[in-house]
Amino acid sequence: MALKGLDIFKLSPKTNCKECGCPTCMAFCMKVAQGALPLEKCPHFSAEAIATLSEATAPAMKTLELGEYKLGGETVLYRHDKTFVSHTLYGVYLCDCMDDVDARIEKINKVDYDRIGERMHVETVTVAHNPDKAAEDFLALVEKVKGLGHPVIVEVCCADLAAKALEILKGVPTILNAANAENYEAMNKVATEAGALLGVTGADLNELSETIAKIEALGNKKLVLDVGTASMKDAFANAVQIRRSALLETFRTFGYPTIVNAAKLAMGDSHMQMALLALFTARYGSIVTVEEMDYAKALPVYGLRQNLFTDPQKPMKVEPGIYPLNGADENAVCVTTVDFALTYFTVSGELERSGVPMNLLISDAGGYSVLTAWAAGKLSAGSIAKFIAEFDIENKIKNRTLIIPGKVAILKGELESKLPGWTIVIAPNEAVELVKFFKDNKF
Amino acid sequence: MAFTNKPQVFNAKINPITFGANGHEVTLGGSNVYPLYSFDAPIPNAPKVGIQISDKGFDATLPELAKFYEGCNTVVEMAKRAASAEGVDFVCLRLESADPNGDNASVEDCAALAKAVAEAIDKPLAVIGSKNVEKDSTLLGKVAEALNGYNPLLLSCKEENYKAIAASAIMAFGAKVAGESAVDINLAKQLNVLVKQMGVAAGNTVMNVGTAAAGYGFEYVASTMDRVKGAAMTQNDVDLQLPIVTPLGDEAWSVKETLLEESENPAWGAREERGIQMEICTASACLASGSDAVILKHPASVKTISAFVAALM
Repeated sequence: MALKGLDIFKLSPKTNCKECGCPTCMAFCMKVAQGALPLEKCPHFSAEAIATLSEATAPAMKTLELGEYKLGGETVLYRHDKTFVSHTLYGVYLCDCMDDVDARIEKINKVDYDRIGERMHVETVTVAHNPDKAAEDFLALVEKVKGLGHPVIVEVCCADLAAKALEILKGVPTILNAANAENYEAMNKVATEAGALLGVTGADLNELSETIAKIEALGNKKLVLDVGTASMKDAFANAVQIRRSALLETFRTFGYPTIVNAAKLAMGDSHMQMALLALFTARYGSIVTVEEMDYAKALPVYGLRQNLFTDPQKPMKVEPGIYPLNGADENAVCVTTVDFALTYFTVSGELERSGVPMNLLISDAGGYSVLTAWAAGKLSAGSIAKFIAEFDIENKIKNRTLIIPGKVAILKGELESKLPGWTIVIAPNEAVELVKFFKDNKF
Repeated sequence: MAFTNKPQVFNAKINPITFGANGHEVTLGGSNVYPLYSFDAPIPNAPKVGIQISDKGFDATLPELAKFYEGCNTVVEMAKRAASAEGVDFVCLRLESADPNGDNASVEDCAALAKAVAEAIDKPLAVIGSKNVEKDSTLLGKVAEALNGYNPLLLSCKEENYKAIAASAIMAFGAKVAGESAVDINLAKQLNVLVKQMGVAAGNTVMNVGTAAAGYGFEYVASTMDRVKGAAMTQNDVDLQLPIVTPLGDEAWSVKETLLEESENPAWGAREERGIQMEICTASACLASGSDAVILKHPASVKTISAFVAALM
């Protein structure tokens, strides 16, 4: 169970030496209890006290590394309680039983684009072995998948083949998703020797927790929990109960990331796999795997993920700069708004719909919406003029008309004096009115 | 240490509310667990799926949709076809032509159309107004009058026009009405309180707490709904224990990802498929956070979301 600050304080040196950066030992202990500071920040706890406390103060959910990605480490069930930290990874599921597996491999790296500074592409590839198929063919498939450059999830039934697959995947971040109540010893050995994470599955959550406890007793705490493929309902129940017991009850046996195989849960149904991608992005899937990640699925779900994993205290921002729309060149009219991602998307979407070529100028407004940025002094005639100077707009763009958001119409006069030679035009208050605005006015 | 499941079952529940009549009713809400957590306790009324049609017709540039509505020459025919789509729980008529900035159709014509649709279909009817607060304040009352006896769900009253709509639609003609607020738990609660203070009995209203397409500020939608359901369950906040109805078709089909023609970016593939997946993605995320009903436009998304809900119950 989570410790209270007072429990920690009882074991603290109580010297108020301030070496930890806190004014008093009590303040330090409170922070440790909240998980804001690690116990190691204080050099004066006795070894005994540390041993007593370290188990209890360890994070409720472990953070594991899979190559460049992080899994787990979540501290809350809802983003409004603090923030989610490790976004869901999306993967493609391949099986040696698929006739068109080469064509599927071919498509894996087709989706690759940038959205608000984040690269969106398939992040993991699962290779599964059907026992009816030849082992050599499976290993050949593993070889091909290795070349894709993504972390690989291996699903095989026997430890010998697992060892061979992991040997091929040497140097590639790997999850051996194959341990269950019967084979966990052998699979644990293979995974540990190869430095892979071990995926664990169970007939139900009781069996799963027992298997995890046995693997932990063997010294392996780099585990990923498979929510199973019996049914959508079971998979969802398992994902929720695993995360909930880990975070609400500090049930450490379930303090691991999860794998959801949406491909198997809805084989052949791309629409249902989309619904599952969204569900498990919102509710506690660390890795979600589908049969194919095409643009039709990627565009909505990567956007959803970017939204849900935004830190509520840090607004999503777009990079300041010139965004030419509708094939704008240096003669096209200039439009400006703030760098708050939501504003940018709404405004740029409407501007694109107008079909009028224009240069959208995004200045650094602290990631706030228009009125908030204006009230905070982040969006002013000065900030816009500074942006135009810093980005050398007057040499890059010949047009001298600048359209500003209707909500900051008040800036017009000051802008005209700060930007001699420019015509300042006031846009409507709301983005939805922009299409009509550009239909009625020509620039 | 063995695993012990601790179900989150609350001594609080979402108010059940029924709309529709004559043997074609649906009930929203009634649950005392978090959204879709049917493993904690049985959910008496599964979330419902509505199909939206517009009185201005359908987008005939989408081949699958055009095939679905093939041969439908009137709104009533469209409504009948929509009602027959797989997985549909109710039909939602959007009176787009009533928009004073558009066709500005008269409230009488709109109300007559709504009645004709209600008579023709064998499903409960929801009606979305013009989305213009002034027009809707008279329009929704007229629609409620015309649909007297059909027990429709009308969307939406807002802070600016709730008085007129509550007095006419709910109190005079017994329609169910959704209160619409802009993705904020406090605004949602405030509107519910205001409507209650007019003397509207509980069980007549639902909430439309607003939505966004996936990728377009959906974090606000998710957090608003998460917090509404959290307050309804853990704090037994009666002013937030109303079912949430989320019409998301218009949002899903009006973002760049679903508007851009395939010819402009062939890698993205067919526009229709992008729209369907955007609807499904947004609907699934809304249901996860607490929508008790979602309203979609494409029969393919309706079919999937309906099957998705059924599989989780």
